[in-house]
Amino acid sequence: MRRGIAATALVATLALAATACGGSDSSDNGDQKSSGELSGTVTWWDTSNDTEKATFQKIAQDFHALHPKVTVKYVNVPYGDAQNKIKNAFSSGSDAPDVIRSDVGWVADFASLGYLDKVPDAKAEEVDSAFLKQAAASGRYDGQMYAVPQVIDTLGLFYNKKMLKDAGVEPPKSLDELKTAAAAVKSKTGRTGMYLRGDDSFWFLPFIYGEGGNLVDAKDKKVTVDGPAGVKAFKAARDLVTSGAAITNATDGWNNMETAFKSGKVAMMVNGPWSVADVYAGDAFKDKSNLGVAVVPAGSAGQGAPQGGHDLAVYAGSKNLAASHAFVDYLTSQNVQVQTTKALSLLPTRTAAYDQPDVKSNEMVQFFKPAVDKAVERAWIPENGALFEPLKLQFTKAVTGASSPEDAAKASGTAFRKILKGWK
Amino acid sequence: MTVHTGQSTAKAAGEGARGRVRTTGERPGRLRRALSTHWYAWTMVAPVVIVLGVIIGWPLGRGVYLSLTDANERNVGRTIGANHIDATYKFVGLRNYTDALTDPVFTQRLVWTVVWTVCCVSVTFLLGLALATILNREFRGRAAYRMMLILPWAVPGFVSVFAWRFLFNRDNGLLNKVLDGGGISAVPWLDDPTWAKVSVIAVNVWLGVPFMMVALLGGLQSIPGELYEAAEMDGAGPWQRFRHITVPGLRAVSSTVILLSTIWTFNMFPVIFLLTRGGPGDSTEILVTQAFRQAFVDSPRDFAGSATWGVLILAVLMIFALVYRRSLRKQGEVW
Repeated sequence: MRRGIAATALVATLALAATACGGSDSSDNGDQKSSGELSGTVTWWDTSNDTEKATFQKIAQDFHALHPKVTVKYVNVPYGDAQNKIKNAFSSGSDAPDVIRSDVGWVADFASLGYLDKVPDAKAEEVDSAFLKQAAASGRYDGQMYAVPQVIDTLGLFYNKKMLKDAGVEPPKSLDELKTAAAAVKSKTGRTGMYLRGDDSFWFLPFIYGEGGNLVDAKDKKVTVDGPAGVKAFKAARDLVTSGAAITNATDGWNNMETAFKSGKVAMMVNGPWSVADVYAGDAFKDKSNLGVAVVPAGSAGQGAPQGGHDLAVYAGSKNLAASHAFVDYLTSQNVQVQTTKALSLLPTRTAAYDQPDVKSNEMVQFFKPAVDKAVERAWIPENGALFEPLKLQFTKAVTGASSPEDAAKASGTAFRKILKGWK
Repeated sequence: MTVHTGQSTAKAAGEGARGRVRTTGERPGRLRRALSTHWYAWTMVAPVVIVLGVIIGWPLGRGVYLSLTDANERNVGRTIGANHIDATYKFVGLRNYTDALTDPVFTQRLVWTVVWTVCCVSVTFLLGLALATILNREFRGRAAYRMMLILPWAVPGFVSVFAWRFLFNRDNGLLNKVLDGGGISAVPWLDDPTWAKVSVIAVNVWLGVPFMMVALLGGLQSIPGELYEAAEMDGAGPWQRFRHITVPGLRAVSSTVILLSTIWTFNMFPVIFLLTRGGPGDSTEILVTQAFRQAFVDSPRDFAGSATWGVLILAVLMIFALVYRRSLRKQGEVW
């Protein structure tokens, strides 16, 4: 049965390869940029959020104008379910997407399972020379490049300028200042100071970096989440909630956070550039200049946010590899990157894009670019996504008070060691 | 009694046939005889047997086999485009079972799954019975009420669960808005482990009542009205009539619906998964959602571990069904 499918697939691939070759031979009319040589359907699974997706859908359709014989099928997959859905589709092979937008934390996982097609050498060279160094690093696994960085981001402290002004406080620089500011907001405006997202482990990272720790030490193959810094990090997050400085939820955190902040119910939240377009749509930010962004508050031993972002990767089983790679090329071209920055305030991954006037003048880029430069680069290991699951569990338990910071740290460490076999 | 008569008729018919066969001087084998007598029945049943074998038997067998190996996403064989990866998983015997049964997580999930099943089934049954009794009498607009009460069943499950999720939202949900109007501060419906448990049970009861109600209503209507009339003549009060006529009259229906409902609730994946994702933390995770987590959420996907949990869930349900059947047989029920 299996072999049968494999054989059919092989025959199909060969046939396609043959037609593809034939196609390029026949269109050998000297016009190398002629779009005639690429044809077929490219299915793109995009994980951008509700406010962003219209822009990306339009960009995807533009590719069709460039290459009339290529049909781009745009599918928006909600980010929360995406990793699982992509794996299902890749492992079964039926209705699998040709191109995916992958969180930087998933690339190594997909690549290690053999799902991704290598980035062609020419493109890999271009990425190495023309893209931001830390963004390019996220697309590599085992020395090979499997994904091209599309956007880069990190977390920052979003604040409602007017509310902080009414409360008579400056944007807080540390967790202690944050608590003071929240108390002032509460007494002067009656609103809550901050929304702390408690149902996603990505939001835990600034806390552990702030205490001078990290989840793992990939170089020495050591789990460090349950060290003293980890315990302090869980404590600090819990403290924000018990002190009344922040509210949190164990479910629907993203929606509740966005609603609370953009309607002016809370004065601050920690978020990334991907939320900017949505925030601008809110009542409290009709005047866009009301939104301020600062570096995430410092803990007792440091200050930092994780480097995040999204890469574009091609499915190794794609029937249209050439068109798919060309599509990735197009999506990561300078023009498209500038376009998304202009429309959505997303940060480009091309170094040269930052010289463009539209990018240069974007206020969010002005803030986030230096923040990204200093952001903490994560360990790009296949288990990255897997670690976030047990961490999420413990983070939620810790911020809601269901378990103590010490227990949360210990349980995270135990779970990490179960996933990272052989690590200390 | 009826069973006996049936058997004797069949025996008589068989003897008659054998008698006729003997006259021709041949005595075909049992299998051939069964085939020649029942060939039509076999042909009719064959497609079903084959389909069941393919869609249930094969996956079941494969699942049991996987539970005896260390298969996961990394070591199963696969071919993706030009990448070919060989299967390297191996047989590990019963190790997965000992691992699962000694893991405190399994016990925790089992305890909560049992609590969840018992709560859901008992509340659903009592509510269904109450509603069925009310609807079993003549009153104005009965059809309209029946329609309304059956409505939850007509809505696709995931739609209702998402609707409930909006209602339960602590900050922006309708339930808390209403409570706020009544002066009660926000209830953390899905954010507090205990409230989350109450919430998932409430939603499952809401989804399950229509089925109970319809089934029990059917049972109630099959109880002859004369019994009630006679009891009333004898001076039996409403409670006595309920206790001595309705309850015994419903026993056949109720024993079946309770068994079905128990099995469904035990494996009720969508309500838990869509409402809380097993959260907050892992407080509402039942056995099936945990097995799903192992197979599809955690990375690399643990096929062997998940299959082990699947087999254990099946074993628990089979033991339950056997015990339940035996206890019913002691009460004189046959099914």
